[in-house]
Amino acid sequence: MALDGSKSEFKLVGTRPLRPDGIDKVTGRAKFGADAYAAGMLHGAIVRSPHAHAKIVKIDTTKAEAMKGVKAVVTRADFIDGLKGEMWNVLENVMAGDKALYDGHAVAAVCATSTLAARDAAKAIEVTYEILPHVTDVDKAMAKDAPVIREGAAAPGTPEGMHPNVVGYHESGHGDVDKGFAEADLVIEETFRTEATHQGYIEPHACLATMGNDGKGEVWCCTQGHFHVAKVCAALLGTDASQIRVTASEIGGGFGGKTAVFIEPVALALAKKANRPVKVVMSRSEVFRATGPTSSTSMDVKIGMKKDGTITAASGVFRLQGGAFPGAPASFTAMCAFAPYALENVKQIGWDVMSNRPKQAAYRAPGSPMAAFAVESVIDDLCKGLDLDPIDVRLKNASRQGTKASYGVTFDRIGLVETLEEAKAHPHYSAPLAEGAGRGISCGFWFNHGGETAVSLALAEDGTVSLSVGTPDIGGSRASMGQMAAEELGIPYEKIRTTIADTATLGYNEISHGSRVTYASGLATIEAARDTIRKLCARAAAKWKIDPEAVVWEDGCAKPSGPNAGEFEPMTLAKIASSMGRTGGPIVGHYEATPEGAGVSFATHIVDAEVDRETGSTRVTRYTVIQDAGKAIHPSYVEGQFQGGAAQGIGWALNEEYIYGEDGRLQNAGFLDYRIPVASDLPMIDTVIVEVPNPGHPYGVRGVGETSICPPLAAIANAVSNAVGIRMTELPISPPRILAALDGAK
Amino acid sequence: MVEVALWSSLRSFAGGNEKVEVEGETVGEILDALVKAHPGLEPHIESGVSVAIDGRIIFNSLSEPVGPDSEVVLLQQLKGG
Repeated sequence: MALDGSKSEFKLVGTRPLRPDGIDKVTGRAKFGADAYAAGMLHGAIVRSPHAHAKIVKIDTTKAEAMKGVKAVVTRADFIDGLKGEMWNVLENVMAGDKALYDGHAVAAVCATSTLAARDAAKAIEVTYEILPHVTDVDKAMAKDAPVIREGAAAPGTPEGMHPNVVGYHESGHGDVDKGFAEADLVIEETFRTEATHQGYIEPHACLATMGNDGKGEVWCCTQGHFHVAKVCAALLGTDASQIRVTASEIGGGFGGKTAVFIEPVALALAKKANRPVKVVMSRSEVFRATGPTSSTSMDVKIGMKKDGTITAASGVFRLQGGAFPGAPASFTAMCAFAPYALENVKQIGWDVMSNRPKQAAYRAPGSPMAAFAVESVIDDLCKGLDLDPIDVRLKNASRQGTKASYGVTFDRIGLVETLEEAKAHPHYSAPLAEGAGRGISCGFWFNHGGETAVSLALAEDGTVSLSVGTPDIGGSRASMGQMAAEELGIPYEKIRTTIADTATLGYNEISHGSRVTYASGLATIEAARDTIRKLCARAAAKWKIDPEAVVWEDGCAKPSGPNAGEFEPMTLAKIASSMGRTGGPIVGHYEATPEGAGVSFATHIVDAEVDRETGSTRVTRYTVIQDAGKAIHPSYVEGQFQGGAAQGIGWALNEEYIYGEDGRLQNAGFLDYRIPVASDLPMIDTVIVEVPNPGHPYGVRGVGETSICPPLAAIANAVSNAVGIRMTELPISPPRILAALDGAK
Repeated sequence: MVEVALWSSLRSFAGGNEKVEVEGETVGEILDALVKAHPGLEPHIESGVSVAIDGRIIFNSLSEPVGPDSEVVLLQQLKGG
């Protein structure tokens, strides 16, 4: 059911105005996390464990504290004691307690008058470790003889008798899969593995913090959720959330990786102890070793199909390694796996497994891309085995409005079929392939999210507008918020300045995650603008001495609603604003809510790839993304999200991986050895925006930031597998794996 | 009465039932009623769940209305990147 006040005709929405942060970013004026300075500022450095798993026997800070320029040292003892649940996990990750749980785990921190002095002092902190056995592989971490990361961490519902490293279990589905497999003409079962990858955001984590002994603190940081930072910092330092004011800087990428908190509580603790502002900036090595990459996975998928392409049953077991803490998105992987398909018989199981690696973090659509890789690979093999067209088969089985999803809910209006039809009609799908090249397609699914949101919209006397939102702009949201406000108010986009307000200015805003910003902050912006319009109409009504209900807002003006309301000259927004101080005071619209109508989203990708059989190198030669955006507010940004997901997926599929040595240390903690795709590695990524409106948003918006990374791993794997004639079951499909597969096939 | 569907691994905490019936007109009332009827569900609900009502996934809002004929499905709590 569509919301009241839904619109389908637009003047500004759907156009491509200039981004408001563009000039600042190309001229270097934009301030990122590390660009903050304060008088008397100190520099922090963090001491990190070189061991994958070790008992911390002693930390001797004597030498460091005696060094010139050193002002404070903190260890776990400088944080609050007695936390429980998830906050304890966050603290344990921010600063180790009794044990170092992974290579790179923070064990102490120091601040000094220069970066070099702080780094030297960090080296002078002597930590005595008792090295413990470690495990970094998901299957080995589940084995009976695996080293125990921590006892008693399992979530309720985890089956008894499992290894203590197994900390979460999900099982869902419906029907009878055994009966369904018996009805199939072809059943394929395969095991897949993916390695952990990093979001690879170009800006390392950075923050500047001040904190007095009165418990009042300020933080400037690059984050996807500054309200969350305030909440976590207050909890870890034992102060009130309202006493920690956090301002989000410009952000050089997040992709989910900046939804977690790592350095801000440490900077605050150092600042409190030194009574001086402290800046902490991570190195790239620290980003790789000690922030949150994805889970690595091991997955078994079995699907049965009839000769006509009907899927009769599907089952999957998805094991996710999530680092040294609970929370790997095993349930999301399981729930997303078969969501694109209308299945009578389906069963999915997810396992959350701890290992001696950094705590995993979200990376767009957490858990979904890996599931798609496994499921869509098996579907492709079934199509080949039964000589069926891969898009026709997906269309035949596609989820639609009214389908009972694999995870139990009945879908409302969704756009998967539309993306598949667009894919089939796209010239890419029928273009001839070069000799030795392969083509792959894949579908992908993500839930999307709403979440707590507060927005404020204030008029200035000259008729311009200050729009304050609380969700950091990680993908162009200031432009789309400005468009939506201008659309409602009927004023030019350029008359609106959108600001990411700090935590003292607005009510709580959930993190910019779950592709929620254009949906939830957008909905709140529209409602705040409508609240403003009601106030504007009331001012006009008061002047005209008529009922406010007899005033309408059209084309940026208050007007009598009809002849019965009287005859008055329309009053523009600027006209009403110019006298607002004398007609009742400032005019501010606002909206606070937890929007719960985020529509799910589907995409279909088409990929062509060529493989050099001598070197094992793969080149993606053509790529097309087709995705349902519900309604594209600013199509260029939507296309950018589509292209970004595809580009990151190409890296994940072909090259990127966390490589651990036998000693449990990360071997490739830098961009030289962890290879993300650069522009010359990528083809032009074509995009098609499908618009099947989301009934839960006034303009029909669906989140687009995450779904774009769901299909690429599978689509690329299918293309490469078709090119070499061998099913590739492990990511990344790097040259050594290609060569090994080719050698094995000889 | 509202029929609530449970994901498979929850069913053992609700007498093995795939669906359970409880009284309630909002998400919050439904969750309270589930805990009252099946105390074994409490730690799962306390650790965070989402509730899908007629296909719309409710992440946080306990005040969301639930009709007697609504399709109600309990899901593990969702978040994203």
